[in-house]
Amino acid sequence: MSEMTPYADVADSPSTADSPSTADDPSTADDPSTVDHPGTAVPAIRLIGIAKRFVSRRGTVTAVERVDLVINEGEFFSLLGPSGCGKTTTLRMIGGFEEPTEGQILLYGRDVVGVPPNHRDVNMVFQSYALFPHMSVYDNVAFGLKRKSVPTAEIRQRVNEMLDLVQLDGKADRRPRELSGGQQQRVALARALVNRPRALLLDEPLAALDLKLRQAMQIELKRIQREVGITFVFVTHDQNEALTMSDRLIVMNAGKIEQLATPRDMYERPASRFVAGFIGTSNILTGTVKTMDGTTAILETGVNESLVVPEATGLIAGQQLDLTVRPEKIVLSAEPPGPGLCGLRGRVMEVVYLGTSTQYAVKTAEGADLLAFLQNASDSSDVAARGDDVYLTWRPEHSLCLGQTSGAQLDEEAVA
Amino acid sequence: MISRIWRTRLAPYALILPGWLWLVIFFVVPTLSMLSVSTMTGNDLDGFKQTFHLSTYSDAWSEYHTQIVRSLVYGLIATVLCLVIAYPVAYWIAFRGGRYKSSLLFLLLLPFFVSFVIRTQSWEFMLDDHGMVLGTLRTFHLVGVMKTLHLVSSSGTILQTSTAVIGGLVYNFLPFTVLPIYVALERVEPSLLEASSDLYANKFHAFRKVVFPLSLPGIFAAVLLTFVPVASDYVNAQILGGTKNTMIGTAIETEYFTNLNYPVAAALSFILMAVLLIGVFLYARILGTEDALEMAAA
Repeated sequence: MSEMTPYADVADSPSTADSPSTADDPSTADDPSTVDHPGTAVPAIRLIGIAKRFVSRRGTVTAVERVDLVINEGEFFSLLGPSGCGKTTTLRMIGGFEEPTEGQILLYGRDVVGVPPNHRDVNMVFQSYALFPHMSVYDNVAFGLKRKSVPTAEIRQRVNEMLDLVQLDGKADRRPRELSGGQQQRVALARALVNRPRALLLDEPLAALDLKLRQAMQIELKRIQREVGITFVFVTHDQNEALTMSDRLIVMNAGKIEQLATPRDMYERPASRFVAGFIGTSNILTGTVKTMDGTTAILETGVNESLVVPEATGLIAGQQLDLTVRPEKIVLSAEPPGPGLCGLRGRVMEVVYLGTSTQYAVKTAEGADLLAFLQNASDSSDVAARGDDVYLTWRPEHSLCLGQTSGAQLDEEAVA
Repeated sequence: MISRIWRTRLAPYALILPGWLWLVIFFVVPTLSMLSVSTMTGNDLDGFKQTFHLSTYSDAWSEYHTQIVRSLVYGLIATVLCLVIAYPVAYWIAFRGGRYKSSLLFLLLLPFFVSFVIRTQSWEFMLDDHGMVLGTLRTFHLVGVMKTLHLVSSSGTILQTSTAVIGGLVYNFLPFTVLPIYVALERVEPSLLEASSDLYANKFHAFRKVVFPLSLPGIFAAVLLTFVPVASDYVNAQILGGTKNTMIGTAIETEYFTNLNYPVAAALSFILMAVLLIGVFLYARILGTEDALEMAAA
């Protein structure tokens, strides 16, 4: 079954799982089919050719299309993408709240398609928290353990330990509605973690919190994940959140995985135009390849301008190429770029002071809009003013090839 | 200055004035006048005079306490039956109704477009000795069983038995039970069901620990909305019942319109009102609290 599916897309991504899980407390392994799990050799979660189609009166909607994925034990793994990209559906299929139309979901090697959520050894933190409003914090957290018939003394001990971990000790008798949003969020986390699941699924758990609290909870979640060592699968549409917290992440778009990478690679080496636009702020340029020097493409541009794109594998002269360069890699200068640097001529259209940096919006001679972020160092005065003609320069290794331009993408020329 | 005082302090009272007037004219005044009638003596030919004759109350109680007790018993039985029938209906509409929810609710209320008396009258035809209910029971040879259970009379008829009266009451007041329960169930977030399933609860436990406790406020309201009108109903007992199953509503109606004995009728009304108020008050004190909710989930 699984041999049929290639795994090339994940084989080259090193696992960043920092330690073997401590979650495998023998007392929770009451499910006989998971007792024999052979440690880190078997991935915690493996999706093989997962597809989900919803049939409605107006036709079939494909939410997830042939997703293959391996999530390692103890990993903090994020599914990132815009709303409607299929990330939540994917998470809900792992949790058992949706059944895939096609494909297999392996939890520690065991196919769980068709197994209802109450028989899956994973727990979910819901976006709305879904706390039981008629129960105290203690009863909410103890709910799963009671259902598993854990002895009362052990329930008390584990619930109290968990409330300590999420810093809610002393709130055990409160009702959920008597707590703040952040506290409710912690109850939801404790209620799921107390069961010591093989994996914790989090569906945009921080979306309802305000910015300050969200940032605090990001650090908090990372700490908790390190302490309990459980695999976290985290769904978010917030790229900062995903980059901050994840060991590895995927960016999804229209039901498919665009890229799987570590946060650094995702930012530094976006594999597609979509990822480049979605993660951070990107300048996307399109040009025609003039010559190829090995795998380096040299693009046709105007006088004193040159665009050098390394690692443009598989392209030939005359083809159209998409490339991206991050705004903070660009330097503005009045003189033409030195030898070996990339450069474009343009006019400053807007200067926005942002505190730690200044943002310059520049229109190139060819009509592309580019952004450049320059750090406001103590000795720097304003580099350029509105209306100045400048050169945008950057080092060739910061030109990232996004591949050959496909026709459909040409019209949505954009700086995200 | 004056206009500011007017706006901030007097306007709320002015706004509530129509409501107050309505309540005073159509509730307080009639109630007081009934209270005054209940202590009068006389007859309809010579007229009634206020004599503060309080023993009308004790006389009315000793004459009609069987009917009062019977009304409460019928009310309890009918309310329990309504709950048993209404809960699954409300549950189904709330969780399985999907886009047909409003159509299903409309169907539930559809009988209300026909007059209460006519609906009850049609039950008389159905329960008649040659009607479809007894006919069906005879076809399946169930009349004997019904006799053993005392659900039909010893001669095998349904009309003029308590079965007929309670059946009519359950039929007529069922929507009052369904709607509050539906509203409570509708407010239960589907994610709570997913959460309980995620926390290893099967369907039964999810219902027992989450859905049912959260629907208790609806059941609480449904019991009040059903029991009070059922216990004071006079149409069903009159049309479907016989002399052995009269309820207090029927007795009050007879005293008013047949015997023209207004003081006794008024006294009976106040006795019924007092009994229901005490019952409702005790019920609310015992069950209408958060502790009761929490205990239901334990």
